[in-house]
Amino acid sequence: MSPVIEVRDLRKTYGSGDTAVHALRGLDLTVQKGEYIAIMGASGSGKSTLLNILGCLDVPSGGRYLLDGIDTGEFDEEQLSLLRNRKIGFVFQSFNLVPRTTALANVELPLVYAGVRRAQRRERALAALELVGLQDRTHHRPNELSGGQQQRVAIARALVTSPAIVLADEPTGNLDTDSSREVLGILDRLNAGGRTVVLITHEDEVAAHAMRTVRVVDGRVAGVLV
Amino acid sequence: MRIFEIAAFAVRGLTANKMRSGLTTLGILIGVASVILLIAVGNGASSAVQQSIAGLGTNILTISPQRAQPGSTTKPLTTADAAALVGQDSPDVRYASPVVSAQATAGYGDTTHDIGQFIGSDPRYFDTTNSAVAQGNLFSDNDVQQARKVVVIGATVATQLFPGLDPIGKSMLVNNIPFTVVGVLAAKGSSGLQDADDLAVAPLTTTQNALTGYGSLTQIVVQARSADALPNAQAQVTTILNGRHKITGTADYRILSQDQLLTARTATTETFTVLLASVAAISLLVGGIGITNIMLVTVTERIREIGIRKAVGAPRSSILGQFLIEATLLSLFGGALGVAAGVIGSRFTIAGIQPVLVPSSVLLAFAVSALIGLFFGSYPASRAAKLRPIEALRHE
Repeated sequence: MSPVIEVRDLRKTYGSGDTAVHALRGLDLTVQKGEYIAIMGASGSGKSTLLNILGCLDVPSGGRYLLDGIDTGEFDEEQLSLLRNRKIGFVFQSFNLVPRTTALANVELPLVYAGVRRAQRRERALAALELVGLQDRTHHRPNELSGGQQQRVAIARALVTSPAIVLADEPTGNLDTDSSREVLGILDRLNAGGRTVVLITHEDEVAAHAMRTVRVVDGRVAGVLV
Repeated sequence: MRIFEIAAFAVRGLTANKMRSGLTTLGILIGVASVILLIAVGNGASSAVQQSIAGLGTNILTISPQRAQPGSTTKPLTTADAAALVGQDSPDVRYASPVVSAQATAGYGDTTHDIGQFIGSDPRYFDTTNSAVAQGNLFSDNDVQQARKVVVIGATVATQLFPGLDPIGKSMLVNNIPFTVVGVLAAKGSSGLQDADDLAVAPLTTTQNALTGYGSLTQIVVQARSADALPNAQAQVTTILNGRHKITGTADYRILSQDQLLTARTATTETFTVLLASVAAISLLVGGIGITNIMLVTVTERIREIGIRKAVGAPRSSILGQFLIEATLLSLFGGALGVAAGVIGSRFTIAGIQPVLVPSSVLLAFAVSALIGLFFGSYPASRAAKLRPIEALRHE
């Protein structure tokens, strides 16, 4: 079985010349289907850069990234947006919901860009919201929801397209303990249902939910804890 | 991804911030409406002037005194000059009316009124200026010979001095000299720059006696036998006057035909229209800068939203489409309201002028506002749509 994520000698440099910052210096990583991986590392270690590249939000300066066996390096901007839409669900630390727009419309958003018809879109978005326990908050706007509820809407949005991988960048970083527990519980259930999950965290308790923890130091993988 | 869905996003984007959308629309509305309205007012003024000059008839020559070159003497235009213009030497002149005009204050009872023009002439003056009598009679040649104190008044003077009364036979004081009102002229309406009904006409002799004295005439109005005879009549008049005034170089009088009068007055009103149009153009420009500013702000403060949309898989074309539709809707809506406001506004009389719509100005104002909105909406949007998702998301 081919891995969902295969990264070889990944490099990312910001700026150029003397002021160049090497965020990734030849990183290798393989993630199998159905895995639950936590990425840990100090700030500036390059873990966020890695996740952004895995989510096709950013492009690497060098190296190869195969997603579901597809080499993303050959893709142009239009194809990458298609890839983000179909294969990737991304959860941000700061939720990143569209303001002044209902929870339901936020969850429907990826389906709109995927060209799913209205009735089916509604049905799938409601199912996703039910999965994260927000079926009674569908017509609330982000500013009417708590942080934990906003993050659960964001997770519903990430999984509504049934993506190959769910990527989460410190999903509990802005949440209190109770909300964090809920969010992590949802991610656990997603993984138990066969979904591949990759998350970034600072906290060992969060990493404990994962099957495997990858430590990133100075833009390289320093060690793997199983 | 259907265009309908993108349009729905655009409408939601506009309604999410009603205040901003409303103000942008208002800016476009004012710009478009003022261009249409101001050009219509200028156009209305010039067409009113043209109509009033066209009413003079095509066989009329107006002779007025003109200051001669320094060094040469100026002879006044006299009643004798006017009389000499009709005779054997000028077969194409039907008649020539001497005209004097003055400022005068009229009074009746406790009411006073400053008459715009107090004219002294002969009965043929009414014919040459196309003035019809509405009530009473005109004065006669006999009145002129006898220098009777009779007067024919315009509609404005009649309503100002004799509200609700029949002015015929009443004695009206002109600069404290009593005149008997014998007739009221039919209303001609305003010509935009002056009220054509704010006048009074009395016999030449009486007017000179009472008001102006026996100096130079203000004008001699010459009527030719026909419009075709006008060039001949003009040549004959010139010969006679040159002889009487002993002109060798520049003449001390000026002859204008209705055509020349029209050209001169049209040039003046054209300047007026250009002035109004440039004021309107400036307001459209200011409106355009307003649109530009709001479009820039709209896109800039929504770069994060653009980032979110790209992160969930929105292609560049749909982002660009959404903002283009937003800008188009704002410009078209504001432009349409502006056209409506301009067209409705031009149905009212503004400062005594009935505006006349210029269709090309409606088109121009609408097109300019739409293009400004589109261009300045699409430029920042296309820049934002090109950003990588992570750059857009990090934008503060």
